[in-house]
Amino acid sequence: MAQSRNKLIYAVAGALLTASVLSACGSNNDNSGSSPEASADSSSPAASASSSASASPSASASSERYEKPVTLKLLIDNQTSTAGIQAVADEIEKRYNIKTEFDLRPGGGEGDNLVKTKLATGEMDDLNFYNAGSLFKALQPEKYFLDLSNEPFMQNVLDSFKPTVSVDGRIYAAPSGSSQAGAWLYNKKVYAELGLSVPKTWEELKANNEKIKAAGKTAVIGSYKDSWTSQLVLLADYYNVQADAPTFADDFTNNKAKFASTPAALKGFQKLAELKPYMNKDYLSTTYDQALKMLVDGTGVHYPMLTFALSNIFATYPDKIDDIGVFAQPGDSADKNGLTVWMPAAISIYKDGKNVEAAKKWVNFFASAEAMKIMATKAKPEGPYVVKGAELPEDAYAGVKEMVPYFDEGKTAPALEFLSPLKGPNLPQITVEAGAGMKSPEDSAKAYDKDVEKQAKQLGIAGW
Amino acid sequence: MTKSARKLYTYWFLLPAGLVYFALFLLPTIMSFFFSMTRWDLVDWEFIGFDNYATFFSESSLNIGFRNTLVFAVVTCGLKVVFGLLLGVALTSGLRIKGYLRSVVFFPTLLSTIAVGIAFSTMMHPTQGLINKTLALAGIAGPDWLGDTSIALLSVALVDVWKGVGMATVIFIAGIMSIPEDYYEALQIDGGNAWDKFKHITIPLTAPAMNSVIILAFIGGLRSFDLVWAMTKGGPGFSTDLIASIIYKQYQGGFYGLSTAGNVILFVGVSLLAFPLLKLLNKREVDL
Repeated sequence: MAQSRNKLIYAVAGALLTASVLSACGSNNDNSGSSPEASADSSSPAASASSSASASPSASASSERYEKPVTLKLLIDNQTSTAGIQAVADEIEKRYNIKTEFDLRPGGGEGDNLVKTKLATGEMDDLNFYNAGSLFKALQPEKYFLDLSNEPFMQNVLDSFKPTVSVDGRIYAAPSGSSQAGAWLYNKKVYAELGLSVPKTWEELKANNEKIKAAGKTAVIGSYKDSWTSQLVLLADYYNVQADAPTFADDFTNNKAKFASTPAALKGFQKLAELKPYMNKDYLSTTYDQALKMLVDGTGVHYPMLTFALSNIFATYPDKIDDIGVFAQPGDSADKNGLTVWMPAAISIYKDGKNVEAAKKWVNFFASAEAMKIMATKAKPEGPYVVKGAELPEDAYAGVKEMVPYFDEGKTAPALEFLSPLKGPNLPQITVEAGAGMKSPEDSAKAYDKDVEKQAKQLGIAGW
Repeated sequence: MTKSARKLYTYWFLLPAGLVYFALFLLPTIMSFFFSMTRWDLVDWEFIGFDNYATFFSESSLNIGFRNTLVFAVVTCGLKVVFGLLLGVALTSGLRIKGYLRSVVFFPTLLSTIAVGIAFSTMMHPTQGLINKTLALAGIAGPDWLGDTSIALLSVALVDVWKGVGMATVIFIAGIMSIPEDYYEALQIDGGNAWDKFKHITIPLTAPAMNSVIILAFIGGLRSFDLVWAMTKGGPGFSTDLIASIIYKQYQGGFYGLSTAGNVILFVGVSLLAFPLLKLLNKREVDL
């Protein structure tokens, strides 16, 4: 009796176990599709637009046309708007008979896994759309991608972009569109109502925050449920860091400077901690999308964010886009106020692809001012361009126009992740801890230094 | 055919299955022990001894997972046993709508964990979520379920129990239904009440079912990943990170050797906890 009872139980348990294994497979599939984790450093929707001309390879287009259609596959994350790239790809098909097939992948960390796995197993697509800077360098481009240093289009590319996709002086990728900034988005309507002016120093910003708080609004929007958004105050502070410590990026990479022991760098963590009293009460449960809504509604007034958010705002609230302005994260003094810039994503050619020649043609046209102009018809820029001679179109977002003076006065610096291959993978969690006051800024800086050390050791970087 | 040849002959039948088992299970397991001691980028590797293990145990963002995982496994396992048993008893009683209720209880088990996670994280939003809005109607200010670091892990555990209790209940129902009526009748003749029935017959005689539930729920809790990932991604900060989510993050960071070391630790950890537990429970079962 007892035995048969046991048998029945084990049969049921076994069946359930099998069922749970199967359902686990199912939910893994869901997972890849349903957790869009756009990290701040990852997958900037980098569609863009441009006008004006410079050397373009189109003159000899007809002679370079393929007899039979060639198809190239472009691996791209599913959070980037492909409308602008598609427009250029259509033109490329017309001119060269080269078709472009978009191969969508997840963004964020899951996308990184996929790209790295594809490279390691030799299954990379012809063209790879990926972040420039530290993430790109972590792919070991010298091993997998074609050296583009001597391609004709490189003359059109701004020098500020090149180092972010170079290893040992060789350039491995072309820019995919416009740059963007890590800065403070603000609601201009509320600024006008309360009679505020754009702050040039951190003290002025805090004074503005006090006034906004007194008016019963959220001064600084926190959206820590999407933990990547918590990094922005720290990352956007890099213009101020390099103004005080010009060699920080190199020293940081070479294990000579730390966040915890460099006062200028530590300030980023301290600024983050100082914002807590001004944030919305539910900042730990607020998402990126909810934060944008608060900003547009004017219930929240400041949002430290990347300017690609302007495109998201334009898509959802097109009539409110001109209410949103942009200013650089201020530092200690008004005359040292500048903008931290994120470079556009990189498009690189897989070395062992089947259609390397066609891919070269593709990239040569893509990185021209002419291609940017075509892009402009479908997608608005999120910042100035990195292709020479290109200017913002008339109908650019108001926020983007506010970025131009910083560029004109030369008061810009690339973000740290474009200058150093090191960016600790736990930074989002660490900045959540710092911003929520779970840890002191000093302890958070130390934790981040440890995280970076782990990364450097794991990646086998010299000097660690 | 000699005796030994005949013996050998039978082994040929095992070979195909054996090869598959070796190639897909044994080989990767052995390799993972090796790669956990390397710095590895999927192509090249460099042997670094036990450095990865040392990193795993020394770094707070990594070893916080040990405590969290144990808490999560014990809480979910305990609650599933308690609620599963109570529901099992209720749903084998004379309730008229028990067939319907059985489906209701089992239903969450059929849902995708990710969907459950996303739905609950929306409902647990401190100001706009359904749960706190309902509590507010009763004049109660609900906590920030997933934002407050001291209760976030328990909130996730509760959702896991909601989702998993159906399975425990079904196992308990099977166990209770296989208890012969005679025992209950005998007790009735001796003048026992409902509580005596439960205490002296139901509980001891469902011990095998309970053991299955404990083992399944406990191991499931130790390996848990998808629900936490869907609800909090280990946050806020690191407060709900489990070993499995930490391993996944190391893999995302491109630290393949380190994440493999994490998997070996998880494997050894689960074995060290599960086998003695199984032995203990089986012994108890025999004693009864």
